[in-house]
Amino acid sequence: MISRSLPRPLLRVLPHPVLSVLLLLVWLLLVDSFAIGHWLLGAFLGVCIPLLTNRLLVGRSQEWHPLLLLKLLVLVMWDILVANIQVARLTLGPIERLRPAFVEVPIELENDLAISVLVSIVSLTPGSVSSDLSDDRKTLLVHGLDVPDKAALIAEIKQRYEAPLKEIFPCSLT
Amino acid sequence: MTGEPLSLWLEIIVSAFLLLGSAFVLIGAIGLYRLPDFFMRLHGPTKATTLGVGGVIVASLIYFSNRQAGISLHELLISLFLFISAPVSAYMLAKAAVLQQLPLEKKTRGKPWEQ
Repeated sequence: MISRSLPRPLLRVLPHPVLSVLLLLVWLLLVDSFAIGHWLLGAFLGVCIPLLTNRLLVGRSQEWHPLLLLKLLVLVMWDILVANIQVARLTLGPIERLRPAFVEVPIELENDLAISVLVSIVSLTPGSVSSDLSDDRKTLLVHGLDVPDKAALIAEIKQRYEAPLKEIFPCSLT
Repeated sequence: MTGEPLSLWLEIIVSAFLLLGSAFVLIGAIGLYRLPDFFMRLHGPTKATTLGVGGVIVASLIYFSNRQAGISLHELLISLFLFISAPVSAYMLAKAAVLQQLPLEKKTRGKPWEQ
């Protein structure tokens, strides 16, 4: 775990080290230059922005599973590609054949960040849009564009997206 | 800066990505027109425009990386921010529609929760 490997005084300056690195990378991409000055400015931004927004950020003692994250990312990218082709075919095909439905998906994730990632993934992937989340965060209402089998859609969402997220975010932070 | 023209193959690749992206944007717009209710219309833009914009971004990436010195990478940020914000926009729109109890296509099974 990253937080264990860093000494406490450094954690005070870098409360979210991964976020700081990410901000540096985003800055370099934004200016599209790798000059030394931009590295320094990016590093400065990377340190200051997490300090200024620390109260808004999720707790930092998360375990780090880069391989699982990468695997989930590739899966989602592929599903997005498939989603676009499927929706294109459904949109251009006969409208009368569509079977729209609202489906309630029970959620077992407890981490707020994991839940928001799941909701976003559902909206980006084949023929489904997240429509509402129950106040207790246990049920997600999903609108499907063409749903032959409600149970199959629920099972697919849980097996394909929620299960990896449970491995990546194993414990509740809120 | 003006460099040499792209090689023929690079031009073909850039053109293909532009056409792909544009085609998906058009399909998203067609979806907005053809689909009968709000929730169904929501599927077209949130998905077709991610791949549509993505195709144009890849074309831009390839084109400018070959037209000027070094690699042009800031297009990647457009993809990143779009993938973060597009599903949130879709969710907010859908939730607002649920709250306002917009009419549904009559064949829709299940229904939104009463608020």
